[in-house]
Amino acid sequence: MVERIAIALREARRDLTPTAAVCLVIISLVLLAAILAPFLAPYREGEILTTGSFVSPGDGLLLGSDYLGRDLFSRLFYGLRLTVVVSFMIAFLAFLVGCSLGFLAAVLGGRFDMLISRLVDALIAFPAIMLALIVLTALGPSIPVLVVTIAFIDSTRVFRVARALGVDIVVQDYIEAATVRGERFGWLMWHEILPNALVPLAAEFGIRFTYAILFISALSFLGLGVQPPQADLGVLIRENMQGLLYGTFSPLYPALCIAAITVSINLLVDWYLRRNDAASPEDLQ
Amino acid sequence: MTSNVIDVRNLSVDAIAKRGERTPIVQDVSFSVAPGRVVALIGESGSGKTTISLACLGYTRPGCAFRGGEILLDGSDVLQFDLARRQQIRGVDISYVAQSAAASFNSSLSINHQVTEIPLIRNLMSRDDATRKAAALYGELDLPSPETIGRRYPHQVSGGQLQRLMAAMAMMCSPKLLILDEPTTALDVTTQIEVLQAFKNLVRENQTSAIYVSHDLAVVAQIADEILVLKDGRMVEYGSTETIITVPRQDYTRQLIAAAHVMPAEVKQRASSGDGAPLLSVSGVTAGYGRQREVPALRDVSLDVRVAETVGVIGESGSGKSTLGRVISGLMTPWKGETLLRGEPLAASLKQRTRDELRDVQIVFQMADVALNPRHTVAKILGRPLAFYFGADRKAIESRVGELLELVGLDPAFARRLPRELSGGQKQRVNLARALAADPQLIICDEITSALDTVVAEAILDLLVSLQDRLNVAYIFISHDISTIARIADRVAVMRDGEIVESGPTAEVLRPPHHDYTDLLVRSVPDLKVGWLETVMEHRRRTGQQAAGN
Repeated sequence: MVERIAIALREARRDLTPTAAVCLVIISLVLLAAILAPFLAPYREGEILTTGSFVSPGDGLLLGSDYLGRDLFSRLFYGLRLTVVVSFMIAFLAFLVGCSLGFLAAVLGGRFDMLISRLVDALIAFPAIMLALIVLTALGPSIPVLVVTIAFIDSTRVFRVARALGVDIVVQDYIEAATVRGERFGWLMWHEILPNALVPLAAEFGIRFTYAILFISALSFLGLGVQPPQADLGVLIRENMQGLLYGTFSPLYPALCIAAITVSINLLVDWYLRRNDAASPEDLQ
Repeated sequence: MTSNVIDVRNLSVDAIAKRGERTPIVQDVSFSVAPGRVVALIGESGSGKTTISLACLGYTRPGCAFRGGEILLDGSDVLQFDLARRQQIRGVDISYVAQSAAASFNSSLSINHQVTEIPLIRNLMSRDDATRKAAALYGELDLPSPETIGRRYPHQVSGGQLQRLMAAMAMMCSPKLLILDEPTTALDVTTQIEVLQAFKNLVRENQTSAIYVSHDLAVVAQIADEILVLKDGRMVEYGSTETIITVPRQDYTRQLIAAAHVMPAEVKQRASSGDGAPLLSVSGVTAGYGRQREVPALRDVSLDVRVAETVGVIGESGSGKSTLGRVISGLMTPWKGETLLRGEPLAASLKQRTRDELRDVQIVFQMADVALNPRHTVAKILGRPLAFYFGADRKAIESRVGELLELVGLDPAFARRLPRELSGGQKQRVNLARALAADPQLIICDEITSALDTVVAEAILDLLVSLQDRLNVAYIFISHDISTIARIADRVAVMRDGEIVESGPTAEVLRPPHHDYTDLLVRSVPDLKVGWLETVMEHRRRTGQQAAGN
């Protein structure tokens, strides 16, 4: 097993394109910054350092101060951390629910499939942002509510992907061979179907992760996401919007972070899919 | 030399891996086709026969490239042509008939639309002329109602008809060279000889040259003037058909001849240990598809299998032979009738069967490629039934997997491999080992040798026989290939349209006199003799026999 992973890693390194390499570096830096935020940030998250709003960079404040005189550079670390952690939780939860139900629908088929697929269709018919706004207004914005709500909405999208993949795999002879052996749903779903759906699902995870980042940033920007004094990247943009009037770049830094992460993940997913899809003829020539 | 339609000289083709490493797949192949002659390329899969035939069109599959040699079409080298020039000759001077017509036709366009496409896009004929010519070709190919069949859609004609329609498509521009790539492999035996006869007439009447690609020597003997035997991309032997099949010079050619699907000269009755009470007994089973039970596939079928006995089930596609296997294994619930295992009724659906009942009846699927989970190692594939049925611990599984691999003639080191790292024959052995892992009383073999090359299939059959001697396991051997059944089965059941038309000890069923349908099947197995086809067609005309489903 270890041997196989080592070989796979070596092959992946050989196939790495310059774009993919850059993306990988950016994502690694973002993850590192998120994990080590308390150690890397020069100041604490809520520490007010100056009395002036939107102080220009310099004097120990690398990117200047925000509207309350807090260090923008430090807040950026914490914002990044919160965004990454919350988005990851959302994507993970969405996949757990979406894949389980999707595979189950593929394996069981018939009425169960019909029922749950139509239910998902109905949910998908609602605009995601509206649905989220309604739930968050009703239940009040807190991080657990935020995570569960968005994960729930996202899981309907994951369900469709997982079910489509599952339906293709379920008709293969090796599934029939397992069925005739007497295997139950659990084995079929996690041992027979999942390994064969892993490549497209991994790509889908990357995409869902970026959507989650964009989604919570949008909600936070609208004021229904993360609540002050905590800040994610969306909150940072909203708080510092006025900075533009005073001629500072302060809201642009968190915006740049969001763009860098989502674009990098997208490009990396593209590279990953192309690498695993040797069947497409233009790649071979 | 220039009088030849095509001269292939020292052709070499490489496969190029992702990182630019080149592996030769065709090396130094030379042959030529004279006007009106048919040259056959014969060999196992991977012998490069399709690659060579595609090369004649100036085409390589993605990931391959020409390394050297020349292909002279009327004296000019196809390989030197640019793409535009190559496209000009394709379909006009040289045309290609692919193996699976069913996969090559567009199901949403009418047949005429597709058959007349090439002359129309090249502006060689008007639509009316093209349609008329197509109808004439349909007539030549013995297709029913040649004037109107072209208006149908591909799903409205049979597989054998579709294959002939594809030949009509290839003949539209009266090409100098027709390339037929395994055109009858996917067809039933009774249909195969009709298609073969149609191709033969077509080539003779139009004075077309042809390259016929096949793995089946007996089929090739009926149509080819010359045979080129290939192995691993190299020429083994090249000569006239008569010489190759009567006085082969190379060992490999002899091996191919020995493995050819011909009826054994005499059907021997195997000394069966199988008397006494039946191990499995199917009685009065009726089963089929459709929610309202509108499509019956089995009608009142009864069958007994005794301990350590091989029962051959033979029939053409659509005869219900695979459905029978599915009903016995529990994959399909019959509408009526029951299955007894050692006298005890076996639950109809899988969910109600006990683990021991499941264990006792194993099924081996036709396509080893898709029957093994591509993401599982061989160790996991074989280990799972051990854990599932016997609750074996990790150590026991590991040693048993090694034993199983040795049992089917593979190195225990194969345990670490993934299915894609195995050859077709090796995959089928693993497939068989998975069934053996359950230590079953009965193994249902559903066309397990059909997708394999003749030489490899031969080895699998030998393995089945030796396993039976050692393990006392019974087989239900489902196949469309009567020559295989004749070799392996103790008793035979002949199926047609969901019913067993004849059954009994192999020697009795397969030695004359036969039931009418059995006779048709037996007579349709090509013999390794030049001129066999004519004899059979003559016999058919006299007796008025017609193949089913055509």
